[in-house]
Amino acid sequence: MTRLLRLLAACLFALLPAAAMAQDTDDLSEIQALLQEHREIIEKSSRRTIGPAIDAIAASGLPAAQDVLERWQAREMWQRTDDGLFFFTEEAGEDANGEDLLTLFDIATGEEVGTVLEDDMDQLKPNSGIRAMMGAALVRFQLTDPNDRVRNRALTAIERDAQDSHLATLRSVIAEETNPAIAARMARLERLLTIRFGEDDAERIEAIESFSGDLGVDLRATLNPLVQTELRVAEGEAPEGEDVARVLRPGSEALSKADAYTLLVREELAPPLISGDDQKAALVANIIDGQVAGIQVADLNTDDARDLAYAELVRQGAVEAAATEDEIDEIIDGYAFYEVYTATSPEVVAAALGALRSIDTKVAVNQFLDLTLDALSLASIYFLAAIGLAITFGVMRVINMAHGEFIMMGAYTGYVVQQIIPNYTASIAVAIPLAFVVTFAAGVAMERLVIRWLYHRPLETLLATFGISIALQQLAKNIFGTQARPLTSPDWLGGALVFNDVVSISYIRVAIFVLALIFLGVFLFIMNRTRVGLEVRAVTQNPRMAASMGINPDKINMLTFGLGSGIAGIAGVAIGLYAQVTSELGQGYIVQSFMTVVVGGVGNIWGTLLGATLIGFLQKFIEWFNPSNTLAAQTYMIIFIIIFIQFRPRGLIALKGRAAEA
Amino acid sequence: MTATTTNPAFGPGRRKPFVMRNPSVLVFLACLAIFTVGVTILSEGFGIGVISTSFIKTLGKTLCLCLIAVAMDVVWGYTGILSLGHFAFFGLGGYAIGMWLMYERTRLIVAESMSNAALPPTPEEISSGIATQIFGVVGASEFPPIWAFAHSLPLQLLAVVLVPGLLALVFGWLAFRSRVTGVYLSILTQAMTLALSLYLFQNDSGLRGNNGLSGLQNLPGVTASQDIVSMWFLWASAFALGAGYLLCAWVVSGKFGSVIRGIRDDEARVRFLGYSVEGYKLFVFTFTAVIAGIAGALYYPQAGIINPAEIAPIASIYLAVWVAIGGRGRLYGAVIGAAFVSLVSTYFTGGQAPSINLGFYTINWVDWWLILLGLTFVLVTLFFPKGIGGLFDLITDRRSPDRHGADLGPDQGALREKEAEE
Repeated sequence: MTRLLRLLAACLFALLPAAAMAQDTDDLSEIQALLQEHREIIEKSSRRTIGPAIDAIAASGLPAAQDVLERWQAREMWQRTDDGLFFFTEEAGEDANGEDLLTLFDIATGEEVGTVLEDDMDQLKPNSGIRAMMGAALVRFQLTDPNDRVRNRALTAIERDAQDSHLATLRSVIAEETNPAIAARMARLERLLTIRFGEDDAERIEAIESFSGDLGVDLRATLNPLVQTELRVAEGEAPEGEDVARVLRPGSEALSKADAYTLLVREELAPPLISGDDQKAALVANIIDGQVAGIQVADLNTDDARDLAYAELVRQGAVEAAATEDEIDEIIDGYAFYEVYTATSPEVVAAALGALRSIDTKVAVNQFLDLTLDALSLASIYFLAAIGLAITFGVMRVINMAHGEFIMMGAYTGYVVQQIIPNYTASIAVAIPLAFVVTFAAGVAMERLVIRWLYHRPLETLLATFGISIALQQLAKNIFGTQARPLTSPDWLGGALVFNDVVSISYIRVAIFVLALIFLGVFLFIMNRTRVGLEVRAVTQNPRMAASMGINPDKINMLTFGLGSGIAGIAGVAIGLYAQVTSELGQGYIVQSFMTVVVGGVGNIWGTLLGATLIGFLQKFIEWFNPSNTLAAQTYMIIFIIIFIQFRPRGLIALKGRAAEA
Repeated sequence: MTATTTNPAFGPGRRKPFVMRNPSVLVFLACLAIFTVGVTILSEGFGIGVISTSFIKTLGKTLCLCLIAVAMDVVWGYTGILSLGHFAFFGLGGYAIGMWLMYERTRLIVAESMSNAALPPTPEEISSGIATQIFGVVGASEFPPIWAFAHSLPLQLLAVVLVPGLLALVFGWLAFRSRVTGVYLSILTQAMTLALSLYLFQNDSGLRGNNGLSGLQNLPGVTASQDIVSMWFLWASAFALGAGYLLCAWVVSGKFGSVIRGIRDDEARVRFLGYSVEGYKLFVFTFTAVIAGIAGALYYPQAGIINPAEIAPIASIYLAVWVAIGGRGRLYGAVIGAAFVSLVSTYFTGGQAPSINLGFYTINWVDWWLILLGLTFVLVTLFFPKGIGGLFDLITDRRSPDRHGADLGPDQGALREKEAEE
């Protein structure tokens, strides 16, 4: 039915073009009048000429202006061919003859005005350049939009791709902003844009100085183009003044000789350098009777001989003169190379340089802080991995090479629990005690079956536990496959604690740090404040004496070993949260952990803490010197530890007296 | 010296010849000779072709593993130093020879490809061509400084001996000087191995990082087929094993052997007797490292490829496993252990072993072999500290006089426990 009506309406319009034509410009809505005023350039739709039309619409202050720009940008504004009026359109299907129809809407009111054949209309097709200009013009509307989200989004868009027109727009809307957070953002952006696009140098310098002490990446991104330099060359000495940033010496790190020469060639101050390949090609092209310029081809197997032959060819006029590598130095010596600032105003450059320098200092300090945080978190991971070992190895002197596999078992326990309990928070809460139980049981079983037979044969304990380690690793591989299994952390551990643009630390690492502290506390409490701890210390110092005091050394050894293994299991859950869980997870920590315990001093938990801190900080700071290469950092760290043990074979905190002999 | 003077058959001042005092050496060498001749007859290259070339290579590699196991036995079974670093020395020997093999072969290929060019290549062009070929995979095109001698076979052969030897000398000197002993030393050597393999894993280590050196099975300038070349290597490996065995047997048999066994059983007592314990240990450590390097230099051309994963700490631990299963403190035990375990490992992990169907679960040996090995190892440590070699005692009825019949394995704690029980 509607379709029929529309068809009817279309027919009416087609029949009565004169009625539409008769409309005078006075009858048009204001926005339509404005568009008609700029009709010519709108129809031309060229990026170079369209500017005034868009500016006029944007500046008109008409309520329909934003709508027009948006629909125009989206290619939804059409022009009627016969009278040149603009309409918004929607597709309206086809008429009886299969011609496409369009429904027209008034651009000022949005009311439907009728349906016409598509052939009677021209679509305005702004190209991407024009659409970008419209986008810029639309920013003003977005910045005054009542919705906070729209305004924020507009600001983000400006931050990403600022243009000089934005500055004026921003300044004009800033006073009207009521939301304090957005107002602050606008103010900051306004100052940044002032630095970039401000017309008055004093104003720009003032903006630069207003940022003193700011670490924002956006600020650095704004300042850096101001201090950009360009390499220039001058004959003889470098000129004074002229914003010369620095004079470069060819052959130094900043400017290689090849680059210097390339510049000379580009400036047409020197003949092009002939590459080895080109020289070779030229020589090959001039082989006559097995000779090049009188030299046998077979003798051309050194660079000197080739240069000689080429020089001879130049003399004969067969090829063009070109510099060979030897001549470069001589030519370069005659020129001075220097960098100049590309920015026009020296004062602004000076201000930007000053600001950047102070930022650099501040960034360096903050990077150091960040590095310290990183090191601290690495140290806590090492501590967590080593604390179980501090019990089995440090207190009981049992070398448990399967310790890493207990860590792995803990991590896999966490993974399995997550498969059963989908809620991440609940599953972690279940996984931690469960991992303790599982690895405690495994530890007790291992102590009962293997280790207690080997208490006086440490080297054989090492080997036997190693056998268990490879068996456990392969077992895990058989059960869980070789690919890494994810252990997902709950959302509240997802983000990072951000101090500023430089210093931040993820919450998982904070959690691991806290966990490490808790473990330290638990360990100290059990060892020093409980009956079990007392018995453990008694049994490790002198099992026979302890036995004669009514302590059952077998039971205590079993419990201690179980405790150490259980803690390794919990550490496994924590480590699995930030690393992928594989059957080799534990293997990566075992040497590290032994190092931690040995460096710290066997038999002393504070030593282990100190050892972990030392190793963690050391590794991070070595990485800092060579950030791209963590493998090298680990290598150097291990070498350092080997050397360290030379000087303190018993570790940082060495036990003294009888305890040392136990 | 007391042993010689009290022996009436040879008179005062004369020792029985070395091999007479150690009949097991003769027996071993005879077995090795028979094995080598037998394999030669059965080989594809020189014999009737019963044994495939790939199996010849496996046998040749096994001989090299036996050689390093002998070295390990000297340092662990006789001296009591559980070194978890000898496979690193093995790898270094392999890298040293691999550098020459790879350089020379690439040089021949590059020279071949350049010989058709219009102009004869300059030395620089050849060198950069080789470098690009070798280091293209790690994004470099220049020779790192450590390749300075790669062009010379004699110098690289020297490196096979010198590099592991010097590393062992420096590391051993540092470790023994500060009296790091027992498990601490084991962990320290393990750390050294880990550091070395991590270093080699880097792309800018100069040894092609993770890729390692490859194509080592092709001897440059040799046109003989792999059937023939593999036999050459088998002979060389057998000769090296025989010579190494003889040398090690000689070292551990005399007074020197007594001292190092003394160090194993009670280091402090030997020191109090006035021996330079550190010197002895350092010698044994370095000497065995050199043997390990030579074994590696023979092994990797047969394996064809060497990469840093080969020298990860786990390999050195396997070495200890072989020696322990074979029987510590007797050289033929080490050979038996290495040969037995590595051949059985090849059998099970090569996929040839038939799976066992239990109805509800099928035991696939590729997956279960390591578990079996690990548990076997635990059982051997617990119940058969003498290993497979101990079975020979049953035949020969050998007692351990120096241990009052209580053989608890060469371990520092062993003697202490015995004393505690007395």
